[in-house]
Amino acid sequence: MKYYDKLIFELSKEGRKGYSLPRNTWGRSLEELPQGLRRSSGPCLPQVSEPDVVRHYTNLSQMNFGVDSGFYPLGSCTMKYNPKINEEIASMQEFSGLHPLQPASSVQGALMLYRDLARALSEITGMAGFTLAPFAGAHGELTGLMIIRSYHNSRGDFRRTRIIVPDSAHGTNPASAAVCGLEVVQVKSNSAGLVDVADLKPLLDDTVAGIMMTNPNTLGLFEKDIKEIASLVHECGGLLYYDGANMNPLLGTVRPGDMGFDVMHLNLHKTFSTPHGGGGPGAGPVGVAAHLVPHLPVPRVCEGEDGAFHVDYGQCAGDTSCGRVSGFMGNFGVLLRAYSYVLALGKQNIKMAGPLAVLGANYIKESLKDCFRLPVEGVCKHEFVFDGLADQSSGVTTLDIAKRLLDYGYHAPTIYFPLLFHQSIMIEPTETESKETLDGFIEVMRRIAGEAVADPQILKSAPHGTPVRRLDEVTAARRPVLTYRALADAGLAAGR
Amino acid sequence: MAKIVEGLLYSESHEWVRVDGGYACIGITDYAQQALGAISYVEMPDEGEEFARGEEFGAVESVKAASNLYCPVSGVVSQINEELVDAPELLNQDAFANWIIKVELDASSHVDELMDAAAYVEMCSKL
Repeated sequence: MKYYDKLIFELSKEGRKGYSLPRNTWGRSLEELPQGLRRSSGPCLPQVSEPDVVRHYTNLSQMNFGVDSGFYPLGSCTMKYNPKINEEIASMQEFSGLHPLQPASSVQGALMLYRDLARALSEITGMAGFTLAPFAGAHGELTGLMIIRSYHNSRGDFRRTRIIVPDSAHGTNPASAAVCGLEVVQVKSNSAGLVDVADLKPLLDDTVAGIMMTNPNTLGLFEKDIKEIASLVHECGGLLYYDGANMNPLLGTVRPGDMGFDVMHLNLHKTFSTPHGGGGPGAGPVGVAAHLVPHLPVPRVCEGEDGAFHVDYGQCAGDTSCGRVSGFMGNFGVLLRAYSYVLALGKQNIKMAGPLAVLGANYIKESLKDCFRLPVEGVCKHEFVFDGLADQSSGVTTLDIAKRLLDYGYHAPTIYFPLLFHQSIMIEPTETESKETLDGFIEVMRRIAGEAVADPQILKSAPHGTPVRRLDEVTAARRPVLTYRALADAGLAAGR
Repeated sequence: MAKIVEGLLYSESHEWVRVDGGYACIGITDYAQQALGAISYVEMPDEGEEFARGEEFGAVESVKAASNLYCPVSGVVSQINEELVDAPELLNQDAFANWIIKVELDASSHVDELMDAAAYVEMCSKL
């Protein structure tokens, strides 16, 4: 990978340009504008030729790593391949040219697609209804919690202000709950890595709004006590929230609705193959059981008796919606990609995604567990967690392993999460990787474990082959240099 | 191995307490700083704030994670360690030499519920 760190302004040469604007045929001159509206100086833009611009951005783009450039086993992120047919559909002018304020009568196709995607997601998850409005997973969590509060409040049950979150939960769970004004109560994991039912029971009373769970959990383990947990929480009047970040292994096989969950979100950008990370915006649709449908946010897409679709803004008296969570109908471009994915796979093939994701994860886990410490034995789902090297006497840490993987051309797995272990490495291969890709990764991981014994220094000083070497994260956090100008002031701009 | 200091009291959430008359200095243990790794920021309360035993009084951020600090005793913050604002790495250098807050103990401060060094060593050995 070639190192390139120029700013386009550094390429600028006075008077150089790569465009030619058409002659002003408008027939009016600048002088006609009122003095107060005219600029007194030109805009500060880089003056560059077309090849300068093309090379600049091409060079920058080549310093990127994405799922289109290599294996990306980032646990809990489901970095599956994003089929290009999704992009083709989403870029169709019939969709991309729509405006969110167009009258419903002129966007009937888009509204039907919205309704159909919501139906497909309901079928896949066992939920009664969906809103597609939330923009991302954590936004979905907040929306789901708002629905839960709206439900309790509508019944005059105002005491339910506590929400139970397992200690293995994604960090967004307690964060979303706090934003929603709920008090977070932690429930512990047992030695098998699952929610400890004995620890849960004493927490349950009439102040509990609900519990947030992800299943399989962040250790990639299926919460097998889920039916018992569901009935315990329901008995005390609470609701169950399903964090859909780990939905991938269950896709088409197990439905959160059947497990007893009342509210859930899906990460379309994970499970339904739309680009994410640096690659695009997300979408976090929220599904609910039948008794919560009236609390879904507005606007809603409704089908009239005449078969025409319209948008309901919840302005009728007695509407029990939890309110608005986005300006319009969500990230429609992402919804289109997810819909394209669902239809491209179809009912039969979508059932294959989960089992293949589970097979890939278990294959890697079993192939490496003699070299890496596996804290919880047994069959995992789509991902699993190692607690560092099996032999940690060399002092090689998880961070060193992750950095060394970059030298071998892999994106590093998620590290130091979950917090249950000190040296967590969380690996999720997804169903889109071939056996050859998995074998290549396993071989490199074994080689790294060997290096830890033979030459630990090569790991402690990794990466060696990336555009920048190991970053000083501590100084970056303690004394951040946040602007280009501050960089120059600090005399850090190399060779300038 | 994490260092332990005799004569201090310890909490389950890895804070240490040094009681001196009606006051107590509170910091994090060597075990905690090792687990966190390089510490980049210490969030501290304001002087005069009151905390009950077990309440969150701040947080420690490292490059690995952010962890809440839980008040091991009940009392009112009389002083915070200003040095940690610019030099959070002091906690990595010597966790026991650098207290985070000093509190004036309540009548029911729950000091007697804390562990001594031996009990804390035993707890850590099971983690």
